[in-house]
Amino acid sequence: MKEAINSKTIWSAPKWNLIKLKINLSASNLFVYVAGMIVLFIVACALFPQWIAPYSPTHMHTEFILSPPSALHLLGTDYFGRDVLSLVVYGSRDSLIIGVVSVLIGGGIGGGLGALAGYVGGVVDMIFMRFTDILMTIPGILLALAIAAALGPSLMNVVLAVAVSSIPGYTRVMRGQMMSIKKRQFVVASRSIGTPNWRILIWHILPNSWSPLLVMATIGLGTSILVGSGLSFLGLGVIKEIPDWGALLAQGRGYLTTGWWISTFPGLAITLFVLSVNIIGDKLRDMYDPKTK
Amino acid sequence: MTLISKALVRIANSFVSVLGSLILVFCIIYLLPGDPVLSMIDPSVATPEMIENLRRELGLDQPFYVQFVEYFTAILHGDFGQSLINSDPVLPKILMHFSATLILTLTSTIFSIVIGVTLGVLSAIYRNKWIDILARLVGLFGISMPTFWSGILLILIFSVNLNWLPAMGSDDWKTLILPSLALGFVGAGLIIRMVRTSMLEVVNEQFIVTLRAKGLSERVVMYRHALRNALIPAITIIGMNIGEMMAGTVVIETVFSRQGIGRIIADAIMAKDLPVIQGVIFFSAIVYVIINLLVDLSYSVIDPRVRRSH
Repeated sequence: MKEAINSKTIWSAPKWNLIKLKINLSASNLFVYVAGMIVLFIVACALFPQWIAPYSPTHMHTEFILSPPSALHLLGTDYFGRDVLSLVVYGSRDSLIIGVVSVLIGGGIGGGLGALAGYVGGVVDMIFMRFTDILMTIPGILLALAIAAALGPSLMNVVLAVAVSSIPGYTRVMRGQMMSIKKRQFVVASRSIGTPNWRILIWHILPNSWSPLLVMATIGLGTSILVGSGLSFLGLGVIKEIPDWGALLAQGRGYLTTGWWISTFPGLAITLFVLSVNIIGDKLRDMYDPKTK
Repeated sequence: MTLISKALVRIANSFVSVLGSLILVFCIIYLLPGDPVLSMIDPSVATPEMIENLRRELGLDQPFYVQFVEYFTAILHGDFGQSLINSDPVLPKILMHFSATLILTLTSTIFSIVIGVTLGVLSAIYRNKWIDILARLVGLFGISMPTFWSGILLILIFSVNLNWLPAMGSDDWKTLILPSLALGFVGAGLIIRMVRTSMLEVVNEQFIVTLRAKGLSERVVMYRHALRNALIPAITIIGMNIGEMMAGTVVIETVFSRQGIGRIIADAIMAKDLPVIQGVIFFSAIVYVIINLLVDLSYSVIDPRVRRSH
């Protein structure tokens, strides 16, 4: 009888939490939902721009050159008469590619190196951390700038530049996580019954360490988009027919007095996306990090 | 370990980091596609012999490691090489423009600390009140807005529309205000978030409960005791941020057409001027390492716990 009650109390606790989580529509959660919708919308823009943009981004409405926002052109037109809203919608694709792919590469390499350094320890740890220290002596944007300049202007090179400059951050987080998990009792117990290292890594450590990496990657996505659009802004991206947000903003710089909307809206798009990603990242961190609860 | 020997270890580590960054930067630049010699002289006019001579003159025909050793010895003698475009020596050029960048970095830092600490503390004290929500929004916007956009918005508002402040140039103090605001806003966002989190953590600690139980007024507990302890992690963020801001001048100096080393490297990258790119990045790495070293050392002076550990 006593056992039954115990098992009931043990099982009821998480269920109750789950329900509470679902219906918790407080003000801070409202922000998270709005942020999530903004992210989804921008991702939809990147995937299906032809369904969302009102015009072709390359079509020049010659009778509407530099016209301010109006019912016909919600965000105005640029100096070629191109619709700014359509340009922003189509520009989301390259901007997101830079952000997402560089996080995957940087997080994958950085997280992998950090996991190895933290788990193996010793000389491997020392060498990796030295390398990370060196990468960290060069501020991220300068490192990205040097790499992008060295490789020449192309979308993939901007991605690589941003990815490499983000590696040290992931390495540090993953290493710290590894070092704390490998000392936990379930890992020690597993090792004491003779489980091989690779099995411990895959079955015990990785499932327990992906959450800080996920938080880091979410916030890193914002940073990567900021750095990537900064590189495009400085002219290191690709010169294409449909520019990404950073390049679009840079093109509008020459028209601040005659067409404020050309630079303003691509910047607003960057800010909205990064802001939403950061709000979601904060929420994830609160959920996974017991310290802030 | 005593404080001094710990400091010496840190200094030695920093030296190794700087050396490593030099090798790294050299390797990256060495990968640069395109022949710098061909960008210096017009291949349609020059004979192959002239190109070959120039290449030999610049030492670009040597293998990688020879070029590196030569570059490294030159740097030890304070020679960062010459610009490929106009043959200006690199180091004097950097030093000449460094003061402008340094001033911009300092004003941005001061702005970010004032705004960041004030809002961060208020945010933690008035948790979940409107001022907290406002401060958290400012913090979020600070870290989410690209500086080139906030800079352009400031130009649109204060230069184009209100005509209060100049949009570009680096002549007098008025030209410093808008760039400092744009650059400092990022730092302010980071500091607000850091100070708020660490204040909230400190407030939950037992010594605060003790102080309250002792009957100290809330004001004394918060501003005298909680704030002091909460500011210690904030100092790290502030220190790291000085380096980030200095790097951020690359973008800001371009937006506001200011003189400075950020502008030098942005121009050099467009012109593929290798010695200048290399020089500026290496110079920034040295400054960055020195700042972080100072922050680390000040950390152990300020926080008795750090001093006593090890």
